[in-house]
Amino acid sequence: MKIKKIIISFISAAIILLSTSVVSFAKVVGDKIILGAAISLTGKYSSNGVHTQNGYNMAVDRINSMGGVKVGGKTYKFDIIYYDDESNPKRAAQLAERLISQDGVEFMLGPYSSGLTKAIAPVTEKYGVPMVEANGASRSLFTKGYKYLFAVLAPANLYLDVAIDLAVEKNNGKPVTVAMAFEQDAFSQDVRLGVLDAIKRTGSKKVIDDKLPKELNDMAATLVKVKQMKPDVLVVSGHTKGALTAIRQISEMKVDVPMLAMTHCDAAKLSKQHGKNSQYALCASQWHKTLTYKDNFFKDGMTYDADFTKEFGYAPPYQAAESSAALLVFKDAFERANSFDQKKVRDALAATNMQTFYGNIKFAEGGQNVDKPMVLFQVMCDDGGKCENKVVAPTKWASAKLIHPIPSWSKR
Amino acid sequence: MDFMVFQYPMISVQACLDGILLGILFALIAYGMALQWGVMNIINIAQGDLVILGGYIAYFMYLYGIHPAWGVIVSPIIMYFVGIAIYKLVINKVVDRDLFISILATFGISILFMQLMNFAFGADVVLANSDYGTTMLFNSNVVLPNSKIFSAFISILFAICLVIYMKKSRLGRAIRATAQNARAAKILGVDTEKVYAATFGINAALCGVAGALISITFTIHPYMGLPYTIRSFMIVIVAGLGNLPGVAMSGMGLGVFEEFADYILGTEFRIGSVFLLLVLILVYRRFKLSRKREYLK
Repeated sequence: MKIKKIIISFISAAIILLSTSVVSFAKVVGDKIILGAAISLTGKYSSNGVHTQNGYNMAVDRINSMGGVKVGGKTYKFDIIYYDDESNPKRAAQLAERLISQDGVEFMLGPYSSGLTKAIAPVTEKYGVPMVEANGASRSLFTKGYKYLFAVLAPANLYLDVAIDLAVEKNNGKPVTVAMAFEQDAFSQDVRLGVLDAIKRTGSKKVIDDKLPKELNDMAATLVKVKQMKPDVLVVSGHTKGALTAIRQISEMKVDVPMLAMTHCDAAKLSKQHGKNSQYALCASQWHKTLTYKDNFFKDGMTYDADFTKEFGYAPPYQAAESSAALLVFKDAFERANSFDQKKVRDALAATNMQTFYGNIKFAEGGQNVDKPMVLFQVMCDDGGKCENKVVAPTKWASAKLIHPIPSWSKR
Repeated sequence: MDFMVFQYPMISVQACLDGILLGILFALIAYGMALQWGVMNIINIAQGDLVILGGYIAYFMYLYGIHPAWGVIVSPIIMYFVGIAIYKLVINKVVDRDLFISILATFGISILFMQLMNFAFGADVVLANSDYGTTMLFNSNVVLPNSKIFSAFISILFAICLVIYMKKSRLGRAIRATAQNARAAKILGVDTEKVYAATFGINAALCGVAGALISITFTIHPYMGLPYTIRSFMIVIVAGLGNLPGVAMSGMGLGVFEEFADYILGTEFRIGSVFLLLVLILVYRRFKLSRKREYLK
């Protein structure tokens, strides 16, 4: 009796297993192109993970409702299988493995953050699965010779070098002194390398070069040094924590510096959390809604901003915009490849040269987007204390004039 | 290595003052830890997470338009009951057991709290603005944010209140008796179960105060608790249990040490230097103990 039971349960288990794998073992089911993505829905990256997912979903809905993807004379629709990577690189790599070998996904979208993208890239590379990622900017992703990795965003070393150039320009082309405070993680250190390059290029001088530990929420020592050395530019990069801590302590300690450049201002909701204290801070951004790039799906930045806000109830940070752009790139590549062959799609991706609402996209050998400069915006507040981010550099996209030097605290 | 701090005397003054103000805040958290370690023989790894939870209470008051400074009153009240709840659910099952089991249990609580806070409040770094302004000293060469001065002042106030409470009140006496000898206290009619619960509650309340102060002076984030646990552990190790002046002194000492390490070794070694100091002190203690043992022989 018992043996019979065991045999029956074995057979039924096998049938269930087979039936599910038959259904899912295809990258294109019926009229659906199935993409896979491991995203941080829980854990420390969960807020940006959700922005990423919302960006993906927004683009999927838009592309599907506007006719889908045309391959070989047939129309297909996008669908995404999501897994939660818990903000954990090991888990992300496991999930990528599972998406590819169990779910049969043949095209991937990237996770959130450089660290997680780094964990997934070797897996997608091993299986030859093309991955378009929108949230891993670390330079080291693009120097490993990956063939199947494509990033719609500008690499991290380009984040703040614009600021140094801008400072030199404002100093009548003469070199400047730079104080730097960077967190010790892959991304911020890449930003630092970019700044170092710019310092070398312009003949400027670094006077402070502090590395902030991950757990840090006190930068007082760095700022005291800044007060003493009086540099022309202070550059800070330490994710949202770094941006918030810097503004809080700069305003409390009344640190006067002619130019303050940072990353992650919009993710930190700087102008909301700090109000007028954040005024005049320069922030590096991948995208801003006032940029005048255009495409057929989202029209332009302002329309995207309005549509996204309507659907999700908050204004899109650049993490959402770049995620949406990733799907536009996939659609374009599928149609040009006119096939679902991974190699052909990969080659089509490599040959991408298009404009989206997010910016121009053209991939270099290493997979990074070389056709989209970073923009710098400055936090500007009116007398009522309402603050807004306005693009001030590069000049081509500027919607306001840079305020330089920053007025001293005694005059504010 | 950077010896700028010695070249400019004003920077040394700044570092000392920053360190002392910071250290007083650490000492408050450490005092809570020393109290429940002494009474219940439990090393609470979740100490830092209780601090962060307290910080979130002040932050939410700030979000709803209440000045976050009121958090130093509301947060400990809420945290007291959180502490009691943790005691009833988990701690009372490990209180008489091996120290190792209690460390595991509180480690588990710590992870649970981190994830729950992340789930409930999101992974964003947040802070509460007090708008307290700044105090300038020595011809504005030394700047002290008033929020830091406020934190130190409140910490001292709470510490003094607690000392008086422990000396004068019935429960305070019961807590001290239990710390000295739980069995004897029980025989003499002290309800040790109640004392344990109250001690854990008081510790959580102190964490609540410290958390509210941290949300005003620094930033809070669900995963930022551990450095506070380590620091308080370190302070207690140096000062010993049930030694309030010792806790205060070693707290301030640690604060100043951290600031100077930051200037001299670089910011990247700030937290690392605390760990290093902890190792050095433990080694030194062992060394001292072994000499004492030889003497006894």
